[in-house]
Amino acid sequence: MKDMKRPGPFPFSAIVGQDEMKRAMVLTAIDGGIGGVLVFGDRGTGKSTAVRGLAALLPEIDAVAGCPVNSEFVSDVPDWVTLLDANTVAKPTPVIDLPLGATEDRVVGALDIEKALTKGEKAFEPGLLARANRGYLYIDEVNLLEDHIVDLLLDVAQSGQNVVEREGLSIRHAARFVLVGSGNPEEGELRPQLLDRFGLSVEVESPKDLDVRIDVIRRRDAYDRDALSFCADWDGADAELRARIVDARKRLPTVEADDAIIRDCATLCVALGSDGLRGELTLLRAARALAAFDGDAEVSRKHLRLVAPSALRHRLRRDPLDEAGSTTRVMRVVEEVLG
Amino acid sequence: MSAAEARWHSVNLAVACFALDPASFGGISVRARVGPVRDRFEAGLKAALDGLPLRRMAPSMSDEALYGGLDLTATLETGALHRTHGLLDLPGTLLMPMAERVEPGLAARLATALDQHEDLSLVAFDEGAEPGERTPSALLDRLALHIDLTEHGLSDAPDLEINAAALAEARAGLSKVKVAPEAVAEIVTVAARLGVDSLRAPLLALAVARASAALSGAEQVEEPDLLLAVELVLAPRATQMPEQAEDHADDTPPPPPSESTPEDQPDTEPSVDEFPTDILLEAARAMIPVDLLARLAAGKVNRTPSGLGSGAKRTGNRRGRPLPPRAGKLGGGARLDLVATLRTAAPWQTIRRKLTGDATRIHVRASDLRIRRYQEASDRAIIFVVDASGSSAMARLAEAKGAVELLLAEAYARRDHVALVAFRGEGSDVLLPPTRSLVQTKRRLSSLPGGGGTPLASGLKAALELAGLARGKGMTPSIALLTDGRANVDLSGAANRAQAAEDATTMARFLRSEGVPGLVIDTGLRPTKGLDGLAQEMGAPYLPLPRADGRSLSRAVDAALTP
Repeated sequence: MKDMKRPGPFPFSAIVGQDEMKRAMVLTAIDGGIGGVLVFGDRGTGKSTAVRGLAALLPEIDAVAGCPVNSEFVSDVPDWVTLLDANTVAKPTPVIDLPLGATEDRVVGALDIEKALTKGEKAFEPGLLARANRGYLYIDEVNLLEDHIVDLLLDVAQSGQNVVEREGLSIRHAARFVLVGSGNPEEGELRPQLLDRFGLSVEVESPKDLDVRIDVIRRRDAYDRDALSFCADWDGADAELRARIVDARKRLPTVEADDAIIRDCATLCVALGSDGLRGELTLLRAARALAAFDGDAEVSRKHLRLVAPSALRHRLRRDPLDEAGSTTRVMRVVEEVLG
Repeated sequence: MSAAEARWHSVNLAVACFALDPASFGGISVRARVGPVRDRFEAGLKAALDGLPLRRMAPSMSDEALYGGLDLTATLETGALHRTHGLLDLPGTLLMPMAERVEPGLAARLATALDQHEDLSLVAFDEGAEPGERTPSALLDRLALHIDLTEHGLSDAPDLEINAAALAEARAGLSKVKVAPEAVAEIVTVAARLGVDSLRAPLLALAVARASAALSGAEQVEEPDLLLAVELVLAPRATQMPEQAEDHADDTPPPPPSESTPEDQPDTEPSVDEFPTDILLEAARAMIPVDLLARLAAGKVNRTPSGLGSGAKRTGNRRGRPLPPRAGKLGGGARLDLVATLRTAAPWQTIRRKLTGDATRIHVRASDLRIRRYQEASDRAIIFVVDASGSSAMARLAEAKGAVELLLAEAYARRDHVALVAFRGEGSDVLLPPTRSLVQTKRRLSSLPGGGGTPLASGLKAALELAGLARGKGMTPSIALLTDGRANVDLSGAANRAQAAEDATTMARFLRSEGVPGLVIDTGLRPTKGLDGLAQEMGAPYLPLPRADGRSLSRAVDAALTP
């Protein structure tokens, strides 16, 4: 861990088990429009590890070198930016941490204090939302985030635009990002409005199988001892996964979903009584991304079955008289509808 | 070596291990009140850390103190940007007294910092008196070494033996220590048998075993090292006695498709010859804290969402604990935070002076205004649900009435609202809607009817409705059920014992899922059958309190519903 060469994070492919979480993250990497992942679960189950690993796994993006919001083309660079370097370079996909203590100014951006004081110039210092554009915004312990920051995030996530208006500073820039939140439900629930914004939600728990647990510890220990060689060992697996993601992105527009599948989506959502149409849309998008990832030409019930729990479990109305958790309820309905 | 000496020796070893590489252990959780034993521990820790920075922090620290912020004075003076350093920016060991009072928000921030900074560690002094008063589990999970000093008298706690030269030598040897694959399997197995779910625990235990081996100059982790790791890391985290592990594994359906399990058993058994699990488990059993059961009970009750009726947190602008100020408009009773406002305005001064040409005054604009915010606990609403059926109804109602009046007498200071629901015959009546008025209570409760069947479900239903109403008014409801009987009237009012019991269970589950904390008081002379089960369904503590008078009742309710 204390190597001077700064080894990469724990490789995504080396994470043992937690297939649903890994799948959900890969799906958002294929289709950013799915709308984020919420990972809820026990402590020490590798939630943060997976996000950090994902950052290293994702393919690079082409962006204008001097642009603070990672614009792809010079024409997209916001007008308040003085572009020093207009070359297009390959940058790693941004995965930005939103720490719990972040102030509003730090999130949306604010007056550049240094320039204001020393030169008396009004300049904008971009915030975390700017840096997360075209990438991921990661919030650990999302359920403990202050309410006004949550409101602000919802607003930006909805519009894809960050707008800052202050006394002669009128700034707007694109802020399209995949929201990844993680948390421990014992420390507080999440507001339904925010829940609904996450496309997929995953519940993780510590593996119960002893051999799996031993495997987890062995790998983590090996990484902690010698991160460089451990990462090198897993480079191949990560590269393979990266290639599959890139491939799936290309194939995504050609994946077909026939009327029967769309009907299945709707039937599932009606049977579960999920509010609004976001459930159907997400379910279909996620299933399509999975089909692309699997190399299938069209969406089938197999894909629906795999993504339905992640896409729907956080959209159910709470039924206090039903003892079963929401996962079981979704699975039950999936059995009934899809057979 | 006596038992006490052996324990103190382990404490000594723990400090020595920690000092080898503080950050890799996350830190130490020390359960100890302020006193000479703790002072000796701290002195030993300081000596062991040998000059590595050790900084104190407080259980309620602002984000600015943690992360640093704009140093306005220096910035304005020099005209260049200066930042103050936050506690988390600097490497070293943080020392946190009163760790049981750390708020979830701060705990989460610290936990993130411990995960991300490679040179930060935390020593948390947990001064909790009750089993339920503990350092937040988000932190406990990340601190490798858990030590309990409460049992140590001063006489069997001599100064810690710290040999700086030996530590330096061990530190150099730490990276060379090897761990046999069987030892890893061993640690994981023991953790699983002790019911330790988090996968951080076995990793931290391995780190301790390594450090212990380095301390003894060995290059390979041996049995004594594993024993120490089990004692310091795994045993304090145990959630079950290891004996129960076997049955436990048998009667819970194994969650993953477990064709592998039968094959595992013979597989793992022979391979662990070198480090027999039984020896480690035996050791762990001896080291499991005596208050494990009490702690488990406390943990279970704490698991019910939204705490135990101490009043949920609410943000207001009048009273309570200060929160960081926010931008806002004056009016509506909001108070201006003058200092924060000036801080916000400060960077703009150069610009505004240029624009207005007025360099003599401070330019403050509406957008600079910062409003004070406070976090306060909302009022409690305690809803008494009293069984007015059967023969002892009158006595019980009188007790409940006494308890209500006593609670109300203190209500002004505690901000309690009290309500009373009585159930008898075919249904239930709200005798007293949530109120703080003692006068109204006395008038309403002057005559109470009693006798008849026990429609428990109906009583709980009425209480739930009241709880919903109280929530709507911004109060935090909790429910105290007083009964000595079993339900024999169902929700429809018919005398049907089976249906009645089922309805009562359903309502109890409903209460639990709504997150209404509660307390079930059994006023029967002997424990009533099935009532503790009902309490469990409600997620509420069960309290047998035969011949309760108003005074003991109000005390019990107050104690149970205050964390």
